[in-house]
Amino acid sequence: MKALISWIDDRIPMTKTWEKHISKYPAPKNFNFWYFFGSLAMLVLVNQLLTGIWLTMHYNPTAEGAFASVEYIMRDVPWGWLLRYMHSTGASAFFVVVYLHMYRGLIYGSYQKPRELLWLFGMLIFLVLMAEAFMGYILPWGQMSYWGAQVIISLFGAIPVIGDDLTLWIRGDYVVSGATLNRFFALHVVALPLVLVMLVFLHIIALHEVGSNNPDGIEIKKNKDANGWPKDGIPFHPYYSVKDIVGVVGFLFFFCFVIFFMPDGGGYFLEKPNFEIANPLKTPEHIAPVWYFTPFYAILRAIPDKLGGVIMMGLSILVLFILPWLDRCKVKSWRYRSMLHRINIAQFIVCFIILGVLGVLPPTEGRTLLAQITTFGYFAFFVLLWFYSKNEATKPLPERLTK
Amino acid sequence: MMKKLLLALVFVVPGLALAAGGSNVHLDKAEYDLSDKASLQNGAKLFMNYCFGCHSTQYQRYNRVAEDLDIPIELMEQHLVFTGVKSGELMKNAASEEQIAKWFGAPAPDLTNVARVRGADWLYTYLRTFYEDPSRPYGVNNLVFPSVGMPHVLQELQGIPRAVYEEPLIDGEPQQVFVGIESDGSGEMSEDEYDQAVLDLVNYLVYSAEPVKQERKRLGYWVLGFLVIFFIFSYLLKKEYWRDVH
Repeated sequence: MKALISWIDDRIPMTKTWEKHISKYPAPKNFNFWYFFGSLAMLVLVNQLLTGIWLTMHYNPTAEGAFASVEYIMRDVPWGWLLRYMHSTGASAFFVVVYLHMYRGLIYGSYQKPRELLWLFGMLIFLVLMAEAFMGYILPWGQMSYWGAQVIISLFGAIPVIGDDLTLWIRGDYVVSGATLNRFFALHVVALPLVLVMLVFLHIIALHEVGSNNPDGIEIKKNKDANGWPKDGIPFHPYYSVKDIVGVVGFLFFFCFVIFFMPDGGGYFLEKPNFEIANPLKTPEHIAPVWYFTPFYAILRAIPDKLGGVIMMGLSILVLFILPWLDRCKVKSWRYRSMLHRINIAQFIVCFIILGVLGVLPPTEGRTLLAQITTFGYFAFFVLLWFYSKNEATKPLPERLTK
Repeated sequence: MMKKLLLALVFVVPGLALAAGGSNVHLDKAEYDLSDKASLQNGAKLFMNYCFGCHSTQYQRYNRVAEDLDIPIELMEQHLVFTGVKSGELMKNAASEEQIAKWFGAPAPDLTNVARVRGADWLYTYLRTFYEDPSRPYGVNNLVFPSVGMPHVLQELQGIPRAVYEEPLIDGEPQQVFVGIESDGSGEMSEDEYDQAVLDLVNYLVYSAEPVKQERKRLGYWVLGFLVIFFIFSYLLKKEYWRDVH
């Protein structure tokens, strides 16, 4: 065994890589609950890839056969229903863990120098994930698949001059059709997963290069012992590998509860109209995107002008990319930052959740007003942050990690 | 914004039909029971006799229904397969979509998943709220599905249902107030029998929309039970490893 390992190590850096990234990667010892969601996102990614591969074996990517093949998977393929529910629940679970992962980065300032690139890779993952989810949603070819795609693609039509040609180019047809289904299938199962996996790889390489942030937002690398090991660091394996197992099992409890007891997630994970085959001649009463898009969808609807709405929706995502440069404070964690910063984060989260709820509901006058107020709050977070963070009244940082 | 978008879509997509449903009628709770095989069998019988003439359940197979509902396969083939196909076939109906569209003006929707599209309560209420309305092509209308495009196929069971109005004096003026639907008693069933028959039919449709529903819940308890035990052990393992971290 030893001889085999050294034979391999002479040819590729196997042991070196294992040590650098797993067994001798120094992780801060004070990770709390919020630090579970990175490994959970990875777990869900693997779940999506594996169940996705097996679903592809039985799925028929044509407008004529797609819906029937999904029902075939649900009824005739052994354990097909489980594969399908794992995949559909996994899509929602992906966004749950990614949103919580991003929240963690936000409150502990994990996007700040020197982790800007890490944050950018993460934002790209989020962006590709949204495209991946959107294109996957069309594949069952139900009513909401069809009309959701119709509405979202038509948004690109708001872009001046090239808008109409652009939507035609995306759909490959004058309306959403089998041509659209085929290209979305190709992107959903080959192109985007490839990009996603590469970005996740880069995300982790970037993380391990600069080291993990922690709830105190201080660098553990500044305090090393005689061997050059950070005093507040512990090896990722076995400490965090065994801890992450606890997180995984806890997560699986909720994940399996949904799969086995409420796979349609109350109509939010699998929408009711999607159990009916796509019908281009029959518009559903109320077209709502899946829940994970609704905060951005609510921003779109809050703006009375179509082009303005599309621009604001785009900005609401783009502004997250430049967060590392909007926050000019030297202190990372909200534990040691001003009350103003804490309140700003809190109002941002509240606005985001309210927008998410509003995006599911049909608009009324009152709701549109509320959406406008919360859209303002969403953007105000970034503007305020830029102004107060330069000379923020922060608390003194501890020398070593606290509990 | 949304309205504008939808309006735009109306012009993009020619011949847009109106979406069905969308009334605010109170829905009665359908207390269906997927473990009641007798109810499911009766529901299957009613479905094959009264609905299947026009509506298919083309994603489901005969032998799967027979197996899940404990119907012997020979009995199924003799009494419930009307189209003369093999029992391993999908449950498509004899009349083609085009024929039905010609007879009724629109194709009859496939009902395999209807319980997941509409909900059991909607179906239970819908099948019990047809009422006589001479202004409609088939002489009936429906409370939860106004201007419904199909006849009241269960009329021989229920009898002719009539909307009942009372005329109380409100502010000294006689007003027509709708109080309910009542059968004229010409059907084969009493009101209670009819409600039970509809409930059996709804039960069958809920089964049809997700044949694996009972099985997945049964498995779910085992899975969650395992995870609870696994959680305890994984937590103890973590504690053991972390003893030396301060």
